[in-house]
Amino acid sequence: MADAGMLRFHVPEPEVRPGGTPDFSNVTIPNAGSVPRPEIDVDPRAIRDMAFSIIRVLNRNGEAVGPWAGLLSDDELLEGLRHMMTLRSFDQRMQMAQRQGKTSFYMQHLGEEAVSCAFRKALTKGDMNFPTYRQAGLLIADGYPMVTMMNQIYSNEADPLKGRQLPIMYSSKEHGFFSISGNLATQYIQAVGWAMASAISNDSRIAAAWIGDGSTAESDFHAALVFASTYKAPVVLNVVNNQWAISTFQGIARGGSGTFAARGLGFGIPSLRVDGNDYLAVHAVAKWAAERARSNLGPTLVEYVTYRVGAHSSSDDPSAYRPKAESDAWPLGDPIVRLKNHLIQRGVWSDERHAQAEAEILETVIAAQKEAESHGTLHAGGKPSARDMFEGVYAEMPPHLRRQRQQAGV
Amino acid sequence: MIEAIRDAMDVSMARDSQVIVFGEDVGFFGGVFRCTQGLQAKYGKSRCFDAPISEAGIVGSAIGMAAYGLKPCVEVQFADYVYPAYDQIVSEAARLRYRSNGDFTCPIVVRMPTGGGIFGGQTHSQSPEALFTHVSGLKVVVPSNPHDAKGLLIAAIEDPDPVIFLEPKRLYNGPFDGHHDRPVTPWSKHELGEVADGHYTVPLGKAVIRRPGAAVTVLAYGTMVYVAEAAAGEAGIDAEIIDLRTLLPLDLETIVASVKKTGRCVVVHEATLTSGFGAELSALVQENCFYHLEAPVARVAGWDTPYPHAQEWDYFPGPARVGRALVETLEA
Repeated sequence: MADAGMLRFHVPEPEVRPGGTPDFSNVTIPNAGSVPRPEIDVDPRAIRDMAFSIIRVLNRNGEAVGPWAGLLSDDELLEGLRHMMTLRSFDQRMQMAQRQGKTSFYMQHLGEEAVSCAFRKALTKGDMNFPTYRQAGLLIADGYPMVTMMNQIYSNEADPLKGRQLPIMYSSKEHGFFSISGNLATQYIQAVGWAMASAISNDSRIAAAWIGDGSTAESDFHAALVFASTYKAPVVLNVVNNQWAISTFQGIARGGSGTFAARGLGFGIPSLRVDGNDYLAVHAVAKWAAERARSNLGPTLVEYVTYRVGAHSSSDDPSAYRPKAESDAWPLGDPIVRLKNHLIQRGVWSDERHAQAEAEILETVIAAQKEAESHGTLHAGGKPSARDMFEGVYAEMPPHLRRQRQQAGV
Repeated sequence: MIEAIRDAMDVSMARDSQVIVFGEDVGFFGGVFRCTQGLQAKYGKSRCFDAPISEAGIVGSAIGMAAYGLKPCVEVQFADYVYPAYDQIVSEAARLRYRSNGDFTCPIVVRMPTGGGIFGGQTHSQSPEALFTHVSGLKVVVPSNPHDAKGLLIAAIEDPDPVIFLEPKRLYNGPFDGHHDRPVTPWSKHELGEVADGHYTVPLGKAVIRRPGAAVTVLAYGTMVYVAEAAAGEAGIDAEIIDLRTLLPLDLETIVASVKKTGRCVVVHEATLTSGFGAELSALVQENCFYHLEAPVARVAGWDTPYPHAQEWDYFPGPARVGRALVETLEA
């Protein structure tokens, strides 16, 4: 055998860094309508290819084409557009509120609005999402009051979480939205446990797990796949691949070694990849996976291919690690523009109505913001009581916490 | 004690269909220590089942089940192997009620065999209780006998908060006072081996005085309760031995009343000394009993080393070491 020389250490790098020209030529985008739609009880082995393709419905002309099209009515699509526009408007206002010092922190969904907004519409009341910090569309699309979300962001006297949680770490059992944790991936296996509990209880409700591309590297992702597969848990395992984990490109989590969807194949889990900026495709795939789960056919892994257009958070500056115009070059475009064009193409929407809707939504968001600010912001106005700090650690306050509350004088 | 623990799960599963038991080798086989024997046959695979070898998966899925409304009582095969689940326990189970303002809760029990004295070496002997008593939102329980084990475990399963339930495996088959050169007697010959049928609880957060005394207070739990009893007896010291039973929340009242009476205090545990639970006990005694103390609070603990194999009895704080600390505290 020939001498191979010194070993060399490999560290993947993104194609382009700041100053370079964005290049997504390595991302293969199949044509809309080209991926078949199997029956939900398909043998997972028969659809392995789907983990390497991308299910798309909307084509370049804004037409809905192929076997995954045709599930939503005009009214449902118009509602979906409104949800996405509301989330974007909400993000803009809250990002600005953070810059104005009204809160400490915010995280936007820019470019990813279709994923959570469309997914929510594929679930039924009573189902439970285990979201990350970038799925607030689940709340918006379920009619959770924006004022309550803002109260949480402001940690004010009306904050349902009593000021204990960092902004955007919402919780609403009623709206099927599990309490968000700062610790990444932890909720992925919890979602599987929730789904197992539903099956143990012979219930009909299902769970949805959420994770980003970067966090798939956490060990809880692996645990979740093993448990979901072993117990055939009624869960939809969502991976939102927005290409970036803060400054780290998805290749560091070993995207590019295959796909994130393909991770499911080793566990025998049917795994689909979908255009995350295509509201119709996201909804159709989510519905397929939810039906599988509800029909006792077990878990489905879904990778949403999208792009994180905004900064990671209000504490991040992406121009330090990726080209400024990279999001403009993203081949799957903008989810709102694409649905808007489709609705115009369908003859139920227009640029004028869109501009009008945008103004109306902004007005609604501003009204909600005014109401929320009347309850206080982080540094001004109404606050949760310092007594609330000691409550809820346990069901009943133990003696040592009662003593500490007395010491704190509250 | 194994039968008492199994009985506690049996009683709880029979009373409440929400109680679910799972873990590695827990189902068909009945557990490597036989603690779940027969439960799968009796309650079916939906109530008692085997899990993949993933502690984070076991605890993480249990948290999801609890959020749904079940009451999972899960097993980690050895406390030494709980670390992969530490994130789930600390960041999730302990915080869920607080961070969601009660929107979601986590009534789980994580059972795990703990402690040394069995030639378990580094990864079958650890006592990691201090890693849990430092976590707000958890309860931490260590029984020392079959009667308490059953009552405390039923109470833990019924408790609305997450409970870390550490079972001293050295005590599974009989009490152990640290005299490894003497034959071990089974629980059937011990009064606390008597376990009542059916449902009863031993309340969490309540210590018990195992041996009343006037000269010195000994704070102990698990195996060290018997070591302390032997040490006091052999040294002829009128020690008051308190079995803490629950470390968090702690029964400070019983501790303070005793130390104020005796004026002296020795804390004993198997876990390593530095930042061990004994440091918290010692600080609390000092804060609350300062004017009653006649001597410095002493701590007898495992050395600050990983748990060794061949040097088992040089490591384990046996009756000789505890006895010396008692004598020194009385002479101080």
